Amino acid sequence: MSDIASRVKAIIVDKLGVDENEVTAEASFTNDLGADSLDTVELIMEFEKEFDIQIPDDQAENIGTVGQAVSFIEGAK
Amino acid sequence: MELKRVVVTGLGALTPIGNNIEEYWDGLVNGKSGAAPITHFDAAKFKTRFACELKGFDVNDFIHRKEARKMDKFTQYAMVVADEAIINSKLDVKNVDPDRVGVIWGCGIGGIDTFEQQVVEYAHGDGTPKFNPFFIPKMIADIAPGHISIKYGFRGPNFTTVSACASSANAIIDALNYIRLGHADVIVTGGSEASVTGAAMGGFNALHALSQNNDNPESASRPFDKSRDGFVMGEGGGALILEEYEHAVARGAKIYCEVAGGGLSADAYHLTAPHPEGLGATKVMLNCLQNAGLKPEDVDAVNMHGTSTPLGDVAELKAVQKVFGEHAYNLNINSTKSMTGHLLGAAGAIEAIASVLAMEHGMVPPTINHVELDENIDPKLNLTINKAQKREVKVAMSNTFGFGGHNACVLFKKLED
Repeated sequence: MSDIASRVKAIIVDKLGVDENEVTAEASFTNDLGADSLDTVELIMEFEKEFDIQIPDDQAENIGTVGQAVSFIEGAK
Repeated sequence: MELKRVVVTGLGALTPIGNNIEEYWDGLVNGKSGAAPITHFDAAKFKTRFACELKGFDVNDFIHRKEARKMDKFTQYAMVVADEAIINSKLDVKNVDPDRVGVIWGCGIGGIDTFEQQVVEYAHGDGTPKFNPFFIPKMIADIAPGHISIKYGFRGPNFTTVSACASSANAIIDALNYIRLGHADVIVTGGSEASVTGAAMGGFNALHALSQNNDNPESASRPFDKSRDGFVMGEGGGALILEEYEHAVARGAKIYCEVAGGGLSADAYHLTAPHPEGLGATKVMLNCLQNAGLKPEDVDAVNMHGTSTPLGDVAELKAVQKVFGEHAYNLNINSTKSMTGHLLGAAGAIEAIASVLAMEHGMVPPTINHVELDENIDPKLNLTINKAQKREVKVAMSNTFGFGGHNACVLFKKLED
């Protein structure tokens, strides 16, 4: 796993209180990991802080799974 | 329209002297002090460096970390005490009509710890707002009853009352009146507060409201004592299940007592100082008695607001003597804040519980830390000094007064067989 992927995973485990093995690339924040709309906003903000990037709202809407988050961050770095 | 009768069928408490009802009562009758040096933040530079914090409380024992982190401590405390009270009431939450169950909560301040953290973080940044999406829903004072309703699915009346230190007495009175009027069969009421934080301690210090007796934290809360020098901050919560009498009887609930009435008034005098003659305090006790249909002579015990401030304690006792006349000498008067400290918006709830338990056990908890009576206080009054007193309590009064001049008073009455 890339460094980015493992850091993303750690944030998700911490904020959503889920088990590490649930955080697969395909896992959807809302459908699989129990996030509600506020949790999702918080995750995006944590990614911004952790990786020192900006994720505009219109692009944040397209980040619904763990894999999509990792790809976005990799592209933004 | 005939008003319904309202009874208490469940209790829950999380206090600086005990983390559940049993421990709380044990602390009360044994005159335990909840005060100690502050551990929640570095208070080294503060005028007051002690408070009545909870002891040995770990929220993870009660609430999943995922949920707990979306709640300020005042809401965590609310969840814990509401759970205890609901279990204690044996209410069948799965089969009760959820539209007929409400939650009316009291909170004086709300999530001040959350507010402080988020604003400090913002102030330390470069001006870019990076507020957490849970900032507002953690901080707002009304969120505690929201969380309780979501957990249990209770869809009846739901809101928070805010009247500083009278908040949860106001909540109890609102719960009483909504059930009396038929808006709900059951209301989870009470209050919680979590104000042992830098901003809260610093703010109350600036008002000269807090005791600065840092050398003697355990005995600093000394209501009615000559050397009292302010209140001691406390934290925690208390919950009561109020229920329509016939509803409680029909399900075979244990009934602690009846909520006989509530009184409401304002001092209309000063932002933080009480009226020196206890004008609002007199009115609130009188209109509470009237609301309950009781005479002054019916009352056995008064749990005072009694915060251990120089002005407040004397004004309140003057009011008691005006209201009760000669009968004031027959009363057991006490201030449980001598033990718990002042839980601000949760004070009305935990003190109402103390009154209910005093009736239940036939024992009035003491006013501890008393050494020398203030010469402005009538020595013939029984202030239940330093030791609990056995007493059959048929009617108990609980007073709470808040900054802004808000006064609330509740009367509890044993059910007549």
